[in-house]
Amino acid sequence: MSTKTRRNTGFLLGFLLVALVLAGAVSYFADSNPDGLDHATLAGCQVVEDGHGGETLQGTCIAQNAKDHHLAGSPLADYVVNGGEGTTGLAGVIGVAVTVVVAGGLFWLLRRRPTK
Amino acid sequence: MTADVAMHMSDGLLNTTTSLLFAAVAVIGIAVAAARARDDLDDRTAPMAGLVAAFVFATQMLNFPVLPGVSGHLLGGALAAILVGPWVGALCVSIVLVVQALVFADGGVTALGANVTNMAIIGTAVGFAVATVLKRFTRTKPGLAAVAFTAAFVNTVVASLGFVLEFALGGDPAFGLGGVTATIVGVHCLIGIGEGVITALTVVAIAAVRPDLVHLLRGARRPLDVREESPA
Repeated sequence: MSTKTRRNTGFLLGFLLVALVLAGAVSYFADSNPDGLDHATLAGCQVVEDGHGGETLQGTCIAQNAKDHHLAGSPLADYVVNGGEGTTGLAGVIGVAVTVVVAGGLFWLLRRRPTK
Repeated sequence: MTADVAMHMSDGLLNTTTSLLFAAVAVIGIAVAAARARDDLDDRTAPMAGLVAAFVFATQMLNFPVLPGVSGHLLGGALAAILVGPWVGALCVSIVLVVQALVFADGGVTALGANVTNMAIIGTAVGFAVATVLKRFTRTKPGLAAVAFTAAFVNTVVASLGFVLEFALGGDPAFGLGGVTATIVGVHCLIGIGEGVITALTVVAIAAVRPDLVHLLRGARRPLDVREESPA
C-alpha cells in the first residue's frame, strides 16, 4: 500500500469513527422535544399522556392529520432496537453501517473508472 | 400518532395528489443527480461520499434545543454539497432519507417525495448555490467557516419554505397558511444557526486535513491556506 493510499484510508476510517461515535453515543444527549416541523404541525394542540403510556393530542392542529407510519412495527422503528429502551446508540450504529454500505456501494458502482 | 422521535414529515399531512406530485419531483431530481454525479465520483471520492451520507445520518439524530420545548436537527444539504458537490450531495441526503423512512420508520413513506424534495433537492441546491457565489471568500479558514455557515443557514430556511409550498398545495385548508408559515420559517431561522455551526465546524475540520476532499475547494487558484503551519 502506498503512503498516499494509507493516508486516505486513515482519514476515511477516522471519519467513519466520528459518525459512529455521534450516532452511537452522542445520540443519547439529543433533545427529545419535537423538531421545528413537528412544532409547527403541533401548534394549537396539547400533547396529553393518555394513561396507557401513549399520548393523545388535545385541541386542533395539523399533526392530527398525521397517520401512523406504514413501517411503525419495523425492528428499528423510532431509532430503538425492538422497542427496547436505551438502545438508541445501537440503532444509530446500525443506521450508520446501513447508510455507509448503501451509499458507498451505490457511489462505487456509479464512479468513473480510469480508461485503460 | 407519535411526535417523539420522528424528525421528518409524516404521512397524512399532504393530500395524495400533492404527495404523488412531489414523489415525481423527487424521482426526477434523483435521476438527474445520479446522471451528473458520475463526473464527481472516482476511486478516491466515492468512499468519501459514502461516509458523508453516513455522517449526515448520524448528525440528523442529534437534535439540539432551539426554543423551550422545540428542537432542531441538521438537514445536511449544504454540508454534503460543499464536501462532495451538489449532485452527489443530493444523492447522499436522499439515501439518508430513504434509510430513515424504510428502516427507522421516520418520515412517512408517501411523504418521502416531499421530504426528499425539501431536504435533498432544495436544501442541497440552495446550499451549493450560496457556497458557490461566496467561493472567493474560502481562501482563509474564517472565510471558509463563514461561507459554510451562510450556505447551511440559507439551506435550512429555504428547505422549510419547501414544506410551506407543499402545504399550500395539498395541506388541510382548515389551517391558515400564514400561521404555519410564520412558525415554521421562524423556527428554521433558529435551526439554521445550529445547522450553520455544525456545517462550518465539519467543513473546516476536513479542509484542515484533506482540502483535496472538499469539493468546493477544487480548482481554486491557489491551495487553501487553512493549515496553520503551511508556508506563506
